[in-house]
Amino acid sequence: MTPLASYLLVAALVFAIGLAGALVRRNAILVLIGIELMLNAANLNFIAFWRYGPHPEALTGMMFAIFSIAVAAAEAAVGLGLVISIYRHAQTTDLDKMNRMKG
Amino acid sequence: MQDATLFTPQLAASAIAKVLWLIPAVPIVASGVISLLKQPRRKAATVLSIGSLSFSLLLSLIAFAHVVVGWTHGAAVRETVNFIWFQFGSTTVDLGWVLDPLSSVMLVMVTFVGLLIFIYSIGYMAHDENYTRFFCFLSLFAGAMLGVVISNSILLLFMSWEIVGLTSYLLIGFWYQKPSAAAAAKKAFLTTRVGDIFFLLGIVWLFAQTGTLLFYNHGAGSIEGWALTGLLAQPAALGLSAATVIGLLIFAGAAGKSGQLPLHVWLPDAMEGPTPVSALIHAATMVAAGVYLIARVYPLMQAGALAGGTTPALTVVTWVGASTALFAALIAVAQNDIKRILAYSTVSQLGYMMAGLGLGGVAVGMFHLITHAFFKALLFMGAGSVIHGCHEEQDIRKMGGLKSAMPLTFATYGIGMLALCGVPIFFSGFWSKDAILESAHGWPISQAPYYMLVIGAVLTAFYMTRQVSYVFFGAYRGHNHAHESPRVMTTPLAILAFFAVALGVIGTPAWPWFRAFLDNRAADVDLHAFAEPAWLMLLLTSCVIVVVGIGLGWALYGNKSPNAEAPDALEKSVPWIWVVLRDKFYVDEFYGATFIAFYEWWARVADWLDRRVWGGVVAAVTWLFGLWAQLNRFLDTNVVDGTFDKGCEEISTGGGLLASIQSGRVQNYLRILALAVVALFAFLIWSSRP
Repeated sequence: MTPLASYLLVAALVFAIGLAGALVRRNAILVLIGIELMLNAANLNFIAFWRYGPHPEALTGMMFAIFSIAVAAAEAAVGLGLVISIYRHAQTTDLDKMNRMKG
Repeated sequence: MQDATLFTPQLAASAIAKVLWLIPAVPIVASGVISLLKQPRRKAATVLSIGSLSFSLLLSLIAFAHVVVGWTHGAAVRETVNFIWFQFGSTTVDLGWVLDPLSSVMLVMVTFVGLLIFIYSIGYMAHDENYTRFFCFLSLFAGAMLGVVISNSILLLFMSWEIVGLTSYLLIGFWYQKPSAAAAAKKAFLTTRVGDIFFLLGIVWLFAQTGTLLFYNHGAGSIEGWALTGLLAQPAALGLSAATVIGLLIFAGAAGKSGQLPLHVWLPDAMEGPTPVSALIHAATMVAAGVYLIARVYPLMQAGALAGGTTPALTVVTWVGASTALFAALIAVAQNDIKRILAYSTVSQLGYMMAGLGLGGVAVGMFHLITHAFFKALLFMGAGSVIHGCHEEQDIRKMGGLKSAMPLTFATYGIGMLALCGVPIFFSGFWSKDAILESAHGWPISQAPYYMLVIGAVLTAFYMTRQVSYVFFGAYRGHNHAHESPRVMTTPLAILAFFAVALGVIGTPAWPWFRAFLDNRAADVDLHAFAEPAWLMLLLTSCVIVVVGIGLGWALYGNKSPNAEAPDALEKSVPWIWVVLRDKFYVDEFYGATFIAFYEWWARVADWLDRRVWGGVVAAVTWLFGLWAQLNRFLDTNVVDGTFDKGCEEISTGGGLLASIQSGRVQNYLRILALAVVALFAFLIWSSRP
């Protein structure tokens, strides 16, 4: 059986890729994609810990993952809606130009 | 001598005593209404002032009748209505009014003479553009004077007294466009104020000693009962009791108002006012207020006297009165202004009244006050009629022969003159002056006042004869045609002339009604009094006085030269006496050289102090503060501002630094977050290391 560490490793990898995408990309949609990656890394961790946990017969991890996916879907919808309205307003999706909330 | 204990205190005041306050209040209210009227509303002003005074006269007559009825039934009338004005601590300030023989007689006199003078003023002031203002002041004066008369509280009396002084000032200066009138008004106000200061001191002292301001308060007033005993027992200074010193202080106020030596100087100058004012205020009523005041506080003046004796206060009153009577009569001899002669005559007669109070008691002084009010008002209004008829000419040298041009004025003036001279039997002035001379003759201390008053009486007859022969006899020396005055002016003259004769009846030795009324004794008819040798002696003396005075006057002035520039007969015979008398014994000059010069010098010193010393101090303080301000500014710009600016800069820089973090770049925030999470994990892993 594949050890837990490898799942965690994959999840960490996905998280790191997602984080890097969220941090370095200028395009708002790509940043959202990065955030989705990080969320899914977290979901992977939920599943892995559930499966290797003390009570794999209780479907707790699955439940968490499904919740998280639903929340992520809602979040993505809101985020995309925001991006579209910002694009209509400013004719750009470049995050560096959307700095009007600075102090 | 009056004995206050004869009056039994009344427990409940009668209806008339309760509404006594209306007598002064109505003219004062009328005055207030008139003051709001426009200048052309002459008729309204006339109706208001004369109507209000008529109402007061009516009430006064009712009050007088009430007192007389009470007296004839043997019940002494002294009704007081007192009330608390305000209270501080346990001290109350009381006001109130009193209805007794003294105030009722005075009320009738003031309202009656006042009403006649008001009516006379309609004619005299007819052509004056400030007609309504005149009646406004006149009504205010009448109200205030009546307030003086009815006061039972020395404070209320003082307040009315001061309003009287104010209206006197306003009316003397009625023609304020004339500089002499303005100056005379100022002089009158300041001179009477000298007396009033002493009066006020007396009031304060009396209040401090007795604790009450009321004269009569059912035995607890300041001039009755134990209060007087306490005042007598209280030594003041120079061996005098407090009663004496307070009496003298009050007398100083009375002397200022009544033109007694040495405060008489304002009264002749007061003749600058319109003639009705001279008649009403400066002859009949206001100047009599001083005499009335002494009569009102007579128990105080008399306190400590043995039966028939006298007190230091009364002695002073007597000497001042007698000196004034003689002194002013002398000056009157050498005056050429018709009103000035009468003014000095008034001063002289006021001296008689004071002497009468000092020598013989309330009744003697008050009787002369009442008779004098009638015939002196008559003389002044006659003089006003003459001035009116001669087109505002006041110099008797430019008159003459007016007896044919102004017959009615001549007849009434003649009666007034004979009454003033004291022609025996038929004129009231004889009876009242006779009573004073009689008291003077029997004065135990000295006979000098008697002789002073007799000489004064001779001089009175002399100067009145001189005036009448100048004005009414000989040839007319003026330029304009003289004419008789209108009926509205001559009718009051006739009424006053009637009383100048008739009033003598109530004060004869055979039927001393007036004296009995004031002293609250029964008045018996005793014709034997006429046969007493002492009285016959006095009658003889009076005859001699009148004959000598009038004879001398007629001999000197009977054949007056028709030339107005011709020197006076007295001037021709004894020039130096004439000059001294004409210049009024140089009293004004003396005051000018002493008091006024001192005040001017002191004013200059004060001015110099103000400019140099205090001004210098102020300038130095200003300079010091300027310097201090400069120092403060230096510190401000260089120390305080520097510190503050530096602090602000620091805060601003810090703010800038913090603001730069808030770049608005979401990814920066995220980067910092990620770094922080990494650092946190690194720290956790590092610290949980075994």
